[in-house]
This record gives sequence, C-alpha cells and structure tokens, in this order.
Amino acid sequence: MVAYRKHRKPFPWHIIVFLAPALIVYVIVMVIPLLDSLSLSLFTEDPENARETIFTGLSNYRYLFTDYYYSPIFWSALKHNVLFFIIHMVVQNPIGLLLAAILCKGGKIRTFFRTVLFIPTILSFVLVGFVWKLILSPVWGVSKTILNLFSLGGLFQPWLGLEESALITCSLISVWQYIGTPMILFYTALIAIPDELLEAARVDGANPWLIFWKIKFPLIIPTVGLVTMMTFVGNFNAFDLIYTMQGALAGPNFSTDIMGTLFYRTFFGQQQQMPNQTLGATIATMQFVIILIGVVVYMIWQKRTTVYEY
Amino acid sequence: MSDSTGHQKSLQTPFSYRIRNWFGEAVPILILILWSVIALFPIYLILINAFKERKAIFKLPFNLPSAETFSLIGFQNVSQRAHFGTYFFNSIFVTVIALLLTLLIGTMASFALAQYKFKGVTILNLVFSIGIMIPIRLATVGILRLMVSLHLTNTLAALIIVYVAQSLPMTIFIVSSFMRQVPQELIHAARVDGASEYHIYGLILPLIRPALGAIGIFTMIPIWNDLWWPLILAPSFETATVTLGSQQFLGQYMTDWNAVLASLTMSMVPILIFYLIFSKQMIKSITSGALK
Repeated sequence: MVAYRKHRKPFPWHIIVFLAPALIVYVIVMVIPLLDSLSLSLFTEDPENARETIFTGLSNYRYLFTDYYYSPIFWSALKHNVLFFIIHMVVQNPIGLLLAAILCKGGKIRTFFRTVLFIPTILSFVLVGFVWKLILSPVWGVSKTILNLFSLGGLFQPWLGLEESALITCSLISVWQYIGTPMILFYTALIAIPDELLEAARVDGANPWLIFWKIKFPLIIPTVGLVTMMTFVGNFNAFDLIYTMQGALAGPNFSTDIMGTLFYRTFFGQQQQMPNQTLGATIATMQFVIILIGVVVYMIWQKRTTVYEY
Repeated sequence: MSDSTGHQKSLQTPFSYRIRNWFGEAVPILILILWSVIALFPIYLILINAFKERKAIFKLPFNLPSAETFSLIGFQNVSQRAHFGTYFFNSIFVTVIALLLTLLIGTMASFALAQYKFKGVTILNLVFSIGIMIPIRLATVGILRLMVSLHLTNTLAALIIVYVAQSLPMTIFIVSSFMRQVPQELIHAARVDGASEYHIYGLILPLIRPALGAIGIFTMIPIWNDLWWPLILAPSFETATVTLGSQQFLGQYMTDWNAVLASLTMSMVPILIFYLIFSKQMIKSITSGALK
C-alpha cells in the first residue's frame, strides 16, 4: 500500500505551466470576445439608457433582413461581397495556377521570377490601395498614357469613381496584390509531385498540356480546395482595401460596400449614421456564420477527397 | 545523359517540331515577364516619382529623375507634417514584442500538446485549429469591449495582446507538428539523465529552429501590414503604426503629390528590403513543407 502510494505519479503541474499562457491569451482575447459578439447580437440598446442593453432576441436580425431603409444596404453589401469573391475565384486563382504551372519547371530564371511575382503580396493593403489610386487617377493620367501606347486611350475612365466599375476595379486590385498566395501554394503542390509519375506519361508521348490536366491537376485538387477556402474566408472578412480606396462610405454611392465596411460603419457610426454596437455585432455574426459555413463545407469536402501521399 | 538524348532528338526531329518546342519554351517566359511588369510597374512608378519635383511628376511621369527634375521636397514635407519616426518605432516595437511572445508561449503549448498524452489533447488541438480558419476580426466587438474595460484602448499593449492571440493558432499547429518529429529516444535519454521537463523543452527548441524562423517571418508581415486593429484599438497619434499613420497621412494630404509619393516610398522601402533579404528563406520554407 505504501509502496503503491510512493509510485503514484505526482500531479503533472508542468503540463499546466506549458499550456496555461497560450490558453489564457487565446480564450480571453479570442474565444470569449467572439462569444460576446455573437451574444450581443441578441440585445438592443436601451432607448432610455444608452449604456445598457436589453435582450430582444432576434429583433436585430429581423431589422437587418427586412427593415425598409436598412435591409437593402445589407443585401447589397452581401451581393457585392459575393461578386468580390467570384472575381477572385475566376481571375486570381486561375492566373495563380498558370503562373505556378510555369514556375514549377524550375531553373534560375524561374526562381528569379518566383521572387519578383510575390512582391505585391508582401505589401499592405493601404500601400496597394494608394498606389493604385494614384495610378488610376485622371489627375495624374498615367493610365491613360499607357493605354494610348496601345491606341486604347479612348477606353480610359475614372473607374474608381463610377458606380458600375468601382467594385470590379477594387476586386481586380485585390487580385493583383493577393495573387502571390495561390501562386505559391499551387507551386508547392506541383513541385511535390514525384517525377516518376510524369515520366511514364512523357514516354508515352503525352504533351505538357495533357500531362498537366490529366495528371498534375487531379493530384493538386486538395490545394485547389485549400485555396478556395482561404479566398472565401479572406474575402468575406475583407475591409482594408475598400476602406483605403473608397473610404468607410464605400463610394461612389455605396457601390463598393462589402460586409467589412458595412460592419465598420454600423459599429462606429459615420456622418449621419449613429453608432450601433448591437447591430454591428449582428453583422459580425452574419460574417461569422457565412465564414463558418465555408469552413465546414471545406472540412467535409476535405474528408471525402483522396489525398495522395508520395 | 538526358542532355545528349535531348540534343539528338532536336537534330532528328523536323523543323516544325523545333518551332513548337521553342514556342513552348518562349510563351511561358513571356507570360512571366508580362505579369512581372504588371506586378512591378505600379511600384516602380511610385518610387521614381517620389524623387522628382511636382512639375516633372505630371509632365514626365515615366522618366527617371534627372539632375533637373530631382527633388526631395516630398520627403521634407512628410517629415514636417507626419511623425514617421514615431510610427516606425510603434510598428517595430509591436511587431517584435508580439513575435517574441508568440514564439515563447506558442512553443510551450506546442511542446505540451506534442509530448504528453493527457485527457483533452484532442479537444485542445481542435480549439486551436478552429482559430486558424476563423479570423480573429470577427471578435472585434468583444475585443473592443474587453480593451475598454481593461482601459487598454490607445495603448500598444492592446495591439500586442491581440496580435499574439491572432498568431498563436497557426504557430501551435506548425510547431507541434515539428515537435512530434523529434526523436523520442533523445527525450527519454534526457529524462534518464534526470533532466526536468523544463530542461527538455529547452533542449528541443534549438532542434526546430528552421521552423521558428519561417513562423517568425510569416507572423511579422501580417502584423506589420495590419490596418484593422490599430484603427480600432489604438487610433491615437501616439500609438499609430506605420500602416495606420500612412493611411491617415495619405488621406489628409492627398493633393500634395510630392508628399504622398514620398510617404508611400518610405512605408514601402523597409518591407521591400526585408523581403529581398529573406525571400529565399521565406519561399524555401513554404515549399519545403514547413508551413503545410
């Protein structure tokens, strides 16, 4: 009995010491505030005492989805955000894949280009936003001069200032910046494919185009999924670029408004609009739900996809 | 060997094949050149015009600054009106402290998750991995309320805390996968020699140094570039980072072209230099699977 007691392991304090700092920071700064945001969406500010909130259930959501004045703003921000995502999917990721497919052949020249092509990705949205604001500015006129080189000067418009083109222009600028991420992820996946797999096809005389689509692409499907998920999460969480280029009002006439700018405006208030914390929390919750759906779909899909281990 | 057969092939194959071969080599390189121009030209245009006088910016935007057009007036204006010294100090301070804290507490947690078997390992792994995919920005409302109640708004501490929380999930995910690969015999041997668990942690750290370097670089860039948290938690002039400071300055002085171009250049150059120094390691670390 005594011997048994002696051999009992002491309480593993060291595990707690190792884990506690990370867990405390993570729970206090991420988990609890996130739950706090989600629950705040079920409350409304007390009209008699602005500091207090009262539980009002789903009334914020009803307001967001159906209010005569407010809901159109929400739905159009959501619509813009979907378009923002679609543009990234059809422009950014295919070009990223194309560049990666070219780079993966290796060699000194390609290594050089790999370094160069990644440069915009390391810059902040603020810098990128202002750089393009200047380049596209009719006051400076450099875009028009460049278009004139190709006798296309007549096409020039102040794209950022026009309602019908502002959102597409902002999306393409975001694509310009972010393209390095899918490029490098696709590149990593492509160079991991062992040469033996491709050798057989080459011996059989398959051309590079066929080899890419029939062998390489099916092998990097897991990365295609990963890139799609990352694009989705990043896009429905975007804010910096639109705020930098078009301001918190996401002009002209809210044509570039996305979920992130709508949240910012609602939560902090802007010009005529009073700040509304609980409605802001409701929009943040909507972003959370959308992103969570994306992540869950990705995880289910990932489980079903075969991953080849080389 | 493959070289010589390739050579023979090109001698024997008909002319049309050689054309196609050349085409297949040239077109991809042309695409790379084209996109490089698209990627770099806007940056180049800003950099060269920052060193010109106003007239030349508008008249000869594509020319390099010459003896007549060279001017540093933009940089003078910026240094008079903005406080880039403060901004740089704030950015460097926040980034470095957040990075060191992340690496310290991140590796500690990873060590526990990788080396010990206890109830809750799976749940903890899951909780942290959710943080990789769910962006911390979605907790903004709660984080701002927290910082207000702690009287930490407009302090660099608030930024550091949030950046540590933001960087932890990914750090733990990567570091713990590296720590699982450390040979167990090594740890057993150390334990037999009477090393404490804390010593063993210290023993393992140097073994995963390459991973730590990669995490360092990939943690720093988003923190340095971030606009959201400085804007929301610490927008005051004393706590503005380079990103927020230049955003505010640029918005205010949009009509002073010299100053705008100069301030863009000043914010861009440090990160470009940093990238050019570390680009090889950065890309190597992604492609070697260090950041899978």
